[in-house]
Amino acid sequence: MSKTSSTIPKWADVLLIPIINLFMALAVSAMIIYLVGENPIEALKLMIEGAFGSSEGVGYTLYYATNFIFTGLAVAMAFHAMLFNIGGEGQAYIGGLGVAVILLALDQYLPFWILLPLALIGAMLFGAAWAAVPAYLQAYRGSHIVITTIMFNFIAANLMVYLLVNVFILPGSMTPESRVFEEIAWMPSIQSIFATLGIEISDSPLNLSFIIALIVSLIVWIYIWHTRWGYEMRSVGFSEKAATYAGINTKRVIMITMLISGALAGLAGVNEIMGVQHKLMLDFVAGYGFTGIAVALMGRNHPVGIIMASILFGALFQGGAELSFDMPTISKEMVFVIQGLIILFSGALAYMSRPWVEKIFIIFSKNTKKGA
Amino acid sequence: MEFALNDILSILAATIRLSTPLIFAAMAGIFSERSGVVDISLEGKLLAGAFAAASMAAYTGSAWLGLGAAIITGMILSLIHGFASITHKGDQVVSGVAINIIVSGLTVVLGMAWFHRSGQTPTLTSDSRFMPIQLPGVDAISNIPFIGEIYSKLISGHNLLVYIAFASVAFTYWVLFKTRFGLRLRAVGENPKAVDTAGISVSFLRYRAILIGGILTGIGGTYISIAQNASFIKDMSAGQGYIALAAMIFGKWKPVPAMFSCFLFGFLEALSMRMQGVVIPYIGEVPVQFIQAAPYILTVVLLAGFVGRAIAPKADGIPYVKER
Amino acid sequence: MSNFSIELKDISKSFGSIQANKNVNLKIKKGTIHGIVGENGAGKSTLMSILYGFYEADSGTIYVNGKETTIKNSTDAIKAGIGMVHQHFMLVENFTVLENIILGAESGMILSKSIKNATSEIKNLEKSYGLYVDLDARIDTIPVGQQQRVETIKALYRGAKILILDEPTGVLTPQEADQLFDILRALKDQGTTVVIITHKLREIMDLTDSVSVMRAGEIVDSLETSKTSKEELAELMVGRKIRMNLEKSSAKTGETLIDVNKLGLTDSSGIRRLDNLNFQVKAGEIVGIAGVSGNGQSELLEILCGILPCSDGKIKISDITITPTNQTKPDKIRHAGIAHVPEDRLKRGLIPQFSASESSILGYQNSSSFNGIAFTRTDAIRSHCISIMKDFDVRPQNPDIKSANFSGGNQQKLILAREMERSPKVLLVGQPTRGVDIGAIEFIHKQIIQMRDKGSAVLLVSGELDELITLSDRIIVMFDGKIVGEVDANKTDEKELGLMMTNSHEQKNGQKYE
Repeated sequence: MSKTSSTIPKWADVLLIPIINLFMALAVSAMIIYLVGENPIEALKLMIEGAFGSSEGVGYTLYYATNFIFTGLAVAMAFHAMLFNIGGEGQAYIGGLGVAVILLALDQYLPFWILLPLALIGAMLFGAAWAAVPAYLQAYRGSHIVITTIMFNFIAANLMVYLLVNVFILPGSMTPESRVFEEIAWMPSIQSIFATLGIEISDSPLNLSFIIALIVSLIVWIYIWHTRWGYEMRSVGFSEKAATYAGINTKRVIMITMLISGALAGLAGVNEIMGVQHKLMLDFVAGYGFTGIAVALMGRNHPVGIIMASILFGALFQGGAELSFDMPTISKEMVFVIQGLIILFSGALAYMSRPWVEKIFIIFSKNTKKGA
Repeated sequence: MEFALNDILSILAATIRLSTPLIFAAMAGIFSERSGVVDISLEGKLLAGAFAAASMAAYTGSAWLGLGAAIITGMILSLIHGFASITHKGDQVVSGVAINIIVSGLTVVLGMAWFHRSGQTPTLTSDSRFMPIQLPGVDAISNIPFIGEIYSKLISGHNLLVYIAFASVAFTYWVLFKTRFGLRLRAVGENPKAVDTAGISVSFLRYRAILIGGILTGIGGTYISIAQNASFIKDMSAGQGYIALAAMIFGKWKPVPAMFSCFLFGFLEALSMRMQGVVIPYIGEVPVQFIQAAPYILTVVLLAGFVGRAIAPKADGIPYVKER
Repeated sequence: MSNFSIELKDISKSFGSIQANKNVNLKIKKGTIHGIVGENGAGKSTLMSILYGFYEADSGTIYVNGKETTIKNSTDAIKAGIGMVHQHFMLVENFTVLENIILGAESGMILSKSIKNATSEIKNLEKSYGLYVDLDARIDTIPVGQQQRVETIKALYRGAKILILDEPTGVLTPQEADQLFDILRALKDQGTTVVIITHKLREIMDLTDSVSVMRAGEIVDSLETSKTSKEELAELMVGRKIRMNLEKSSAKTGETLIDVNKLGLTDSSGIRRLDNLNFQVKAGEIVGIAGVSGNGQSELLEILCGILPCSDGKIKISDITITPTNQTKPDKIRHAGIAHVPEDRLKRGLIPQFSASESSILGYQNSSSFNGIAFTRTDAIRSHCISIMKDFDVRPQNPDIKSANFSGGNQQKLILAREMERSPKVLLVGQPTRGVDIGAIEFIHKQIIQMRDKGSAVLLVSGELDELITLSDRIIVMFDGKIVGEVDANKTDEKELGLMMTNSHEQKNGQKYE
């Protein structure tokens, strides 16, 4: 880890450098769009319009953001203990399974307000369970958590195909999907909530899960900075030696942190399964787990930063979808490229711009001294 | 009896074919990690190589130009990884993950832009692919029972890149253990300070190591798209880069054992393909999804150290910083 | 041609705010053995690392054989004929001896040829200097003494005419050290210039022709060895520091709170770090542990506070018994009223990235006064931090500043405040004033004495001799993991301690330690 000296003000460290990194990632993305033969500025306009130009667009943006908040929090939580959880994809997938199991079993018997907490618990339990083996192997056997969590992504994908084809599929159907849940078990959409207030907004997949995501962000913030467990977790992440000195059981902390991380990723399944699809189906995670990495790195592992980065990525996904519609030469996978570039610039190259910024500040402060 | 031998031979031949990309990637991983650079981006390099080879072959009709394009692509990605993790001492895993995600998206974006197909390149004719070749003398001895069959069915009849994969194992072994470069490379992965104080540049050595890795993964990617298959398909590397990393770890960062662990994965895959639809007494039909997940499960089991603990090069994954 | 192999003019080097070398001037005559002595942190290793190109000096000039030479990296140094045997060997552990020797100096592309070429050359070196070693053995299978020979051969194989050795005897047995000295004398006889860094005065007297003394980054004097004495060197090394005027009554001791019995520690590579330690510390007294760093003091502290498991023996500390089969974790030990101020405040004592208030509860994070049912009581932690900051005069008195951004002295005061606040029965203190400014030192000393007077048993490990003498009631001297003597702090002086620590002292019971 690079040592941070205090030659630049805090605002520059927290805001300026991330923005420079983001800008560099976007500049490279623009270059790619240009090379593909489209006008990057035009593309940017289309994306912004697609993401924020209509209430429907905003709805989609926030719906995507909901997923990213959950997976981003998952990655950030693990990062605080210096663990790199790349398994958000699989944990979210299995989390969705947890939601579906609860709802398919109980939607005919229970009211929504009982189903909701049960579904949340199901998502978290299943997500945590999917993180448990890599967590154990990291803490007690020293296996590389990056590879094991990736492997669990692949295993999850195969497991879900198996379950959908053999267990959840409707008799006689050819599509690997479960039955649609009873309507009582659907997460209320934002437009229906607004409708009860007499305000009409256009349809979008945005649903109550967004609010849940914000509440969970708050809880995560409290956990990390306002509980003794968060304290222990951060101690282990910053300095295992100091944590040992403080009498902290580092292995147990690794275990617990990864379980929470898996549970958070699992919650993305609530948004997708309970909020949008209303049935269990294949591939509903669609890379959100990986986006969580970019979101966490950009948001500096802080819930507020993660919410902001998630909305940015939501806009990127929504705008990207619109873009590929208007510019058919640009496929929607362009957003993955941008996402990867953001991980590269705000993760691996996070401190590349630092020396320049420092130099600028040194020159700047000299000048102001002369002036004074 | 006759039937059984044929069966075994065809499974073994499939093992060799399925192991080939793993071997390339595992050798690349050995070069990289022996020099102290963790390379998660093997996966992305394989995929990028596959795309570059298929695109170039589709464009020019030449498999060889496809191979060249793949190698250059692999080297460029290695340079990016090196720039982040060697020059700027960034987190090697984060850099690798970033590359993988970029490649996974960019291959589709470029495929769309160049060929107007979503996540695919045009299907290649056999002239622009690496096709199976017959080794000399197959006709002459194929009638000899057993030996002839092994020679004609198992050893002969693969495409050129398969043989290059085996050559790459020998090459890796030779470079690592028989040359000056190999000595320095192994040293820098164990104790970069020792190399630095011996008056050798740590960064330059590491760059060279990961560039070789880029070349090897480029060939591996070429194999996947224009030898094993006839076009590029979205995300067709399917985790083989990660599995190769596991094979390398299981092979204790040594070329020949790593090759054998690649065979283990290849064999498992070949076997599981054979198992599809087969009913096992008492258990019933093995679900195809379990068969497909088997290599990933095996990877986890191997990494869990149930089969002996692996000791990585000491400086693996740690950027070299002269500290006070 | 110049008479001097090495001339350094006005070499300065700083790391951040720490000035490691300050206007260093040094001349070393050709074909001699020159010693550089000084306490830990005096800047000896930095100076030699500059000469070897591992660090670049901020300013100053280097002359090698009378020629101004720029040394930017190790390649330049090797070209200039300088070789170095580092304190921590620069060897690749899973390589053979031969591979290590030729690394970077291979004669060609193909390894087998290089090995063939090198073998005969190395055999010659072995013969002419008596540097015998098994060329095909793996480094991690041979003892450290042999490893050091490999380092020496490495330098000579590269044609070194100037050989620098950094603390070469730190890891050697006395017999191995004697063998090394024979080799160095042989080298000198054949024209090689040898520079040896050490803090052991006996070695300087035995071996060198001339000697320079470093203190606080500067060379305070250069002398001919034959015209000086251990006593004079010890005085130069330590310097005449102002003895703090501390009122200290005589100790009123109570029950035994630390009882160490036949304590031993063998580390993972099989080296005996501690051997047969026996001592007691009673309530109301301060027992100091003196010793050159790396002689087992750190390990002793870490065993007592539960971080490190011991290999043999038995410890009773407060109400807790520690044995190899009954290890007690740090939290249990802390609960039993044992506080610990660790030697390395940035790696263990606090978490640099944490705010001061977060660091102020490190180790006590589960205490009920800082926790509600689920949440930490941030206000309680902050006000606790402010109150201990007040008590110990930590500046700036702001609990929200990052721990890393306090000065060393204030960081240390914060840690002491945290550990002393609960009036522990036992206080373990490591290097309480390392890197701490003079004002803070006095304050810290007073606090430690106060703890004693309140009835705590204090065990103090320090590299500062005057600190040990000022604070302690008794001083135990450690050397090579063993206790080599105990003195009454009121009846000793730095010279005597220095000699005991470097083990060049005739012990009072007449036994000379070997």
